[in-house]
Amino acid sequence: MDNRALQVSAIKEGTVIDHIPAERLFDVINILGLFNSLEMITFGTNLDSKQLGKKGIIKVANRFFQGEEIDKIALIAPHAKLNIIKDYEVIEKRVVETPSEIVSIVKCFNPKCITNHEKIKTRFSVVSNKPIELKCRYCEKITYENQIEIV
Amino acid sequence: MEKRDLISITDFSKADYLRIMELAAEFEANPNQELLKNKVVATLFFEPSTRTRLSFETAINRLSGRIIGFSDSSSSSVVKGETLHDTIRMVSNYADMIVMRHPLEGSARYASEVASIPVINAGDGANQHPSQTLLDMYSIKKTQGSLDNINIFMVGDLKYGRTVHSLLMAMSEFENPIFNFIAPPELAMPDEYKRFLKSKNIRYFEHTQFTDIISEADIIYMTRVQKERFTDPIEYEKVKNVYILKKKMLKNTKPTMKILHPLPRVNEIHPDVDASPHAYYFTQALNGVFTREAIISHIMGVK
Ligand SMILES: [Zn+2]
Repeated sequence: MDNRALQVSAIKEGTVIDHIPAERLFDVINILGLFNSLEMITFGTNLDSKQLGKKGIIKVANRFFQGEEIDKIALIAPHAKLNIIKDYEVIEKRVVETPSEIVSIVKCFNPKCITNHEKIKTRFSVVSNKPIELKCRYCEKITYENQIEIV
Repeated sequence: MEKRDLISITDFSKADYLRIMELAAEFEANPNQELLKNKVVATLFFEPSTRTRLSFETAINRLSGRIIGFSDSSSSSVVKGETLHDTIRMVSNYADMIVMRHPLEGSARYASEVASIPVINAGDGANQHPSQTLLDMYSIKKTQGSLDNINIFMVGDLKYGRTVHSLLMAMSEFENPIFNFIAPPELAMPDEYKRFLKSKNIRYFEHTQFTDIISEADIIYMTRVQKERFTDPIEYEKVKNVYILKKKMLKNTKPTMKILHPLPRVNEIHPDVDASPHAYYFTQALNGVFTREAIISHIMGVK
């Protein structure tokens, strides 16, 4: 199956998430809770990508992501593109955007941070986009892109 | 009126810093003022720090406030598993202000969100200790006459030393500071602070040992180089005697130059420096009481 076929074929309504770094493919599946989904899902990984070297791609039927879900994708796959499919056609291409504040999605990497010891919503300000650097509102330490763990 | 807290040094603006300097000088001239009469201040020390607690409690007493609290969480309900959230909620009902120290980073910011009364951070793990920074600034202001045009040498552990990071942030608000960092490569000033200085066009220079350049210093700010900070013990052995300040090194320094240290020191300042007119670290500690009287009255809006 070639790349193009995987991107757009065989999905009537839904979303194709493209340009996911290959090694974060399963993280994206996890944070979106797709393992619980009853919809048809196909994914591919280690596909050639000029931009990323190797990329992953996910196609989900009848799902249109928004708000916090897109924030989550942006955090672990900042170059991801969402192709919105209606009636087999790509009707919209969306680039994900990292929000300026991240609330209760990410775990603070600092083991001595209060948020890892009491039930507290984590809060980070995004101090850099590419690569992502998140500053914890509480301990003020930076969580770097490769340390991001989704709660 | 919205309550005020002091959790991180950057919670205060330049105008706040200047106001604290002014008030600290007033309290130094007249330390006993009944500004907290009929007020209760809770000093919650979830980890012991006798030096900081005594300084705060002296400040509160000189303002005629009353004190409740604990000096070590092993003697309180905290060991029985009460959450910080619940302790702070309870204390908020009893007191008019909280001064807290806690081993976990971010605990003070969290407490300030939970509490209905003002919170002053007296140290949250390795994160922030803003009253220390303000007393450092008061010491600089007092000895140099101004917070503008100060050439500060920071020496020792610049990687983990929270006091130097906060002082750097605060002094960057003033005119024309110059920073000189003297540290082993393993404990160098982190990039985020250097990037910050660059973004503000503030000059800084890095060195790995003391040189004649300390003759340009207005302030030498000493910190402790701790063995635990080194991943390789051989590296520690190599540098452990490099960052010790001795009297003979001070020959060509400016007559007005002062040496500061957050205390307690171990061996990083040789005792032969103590008698030198440059030694200021003991007076610096005394300035802490006046500065804390200033912080408390500013936060409580009684001055
Ligand atoms: Zn944190």
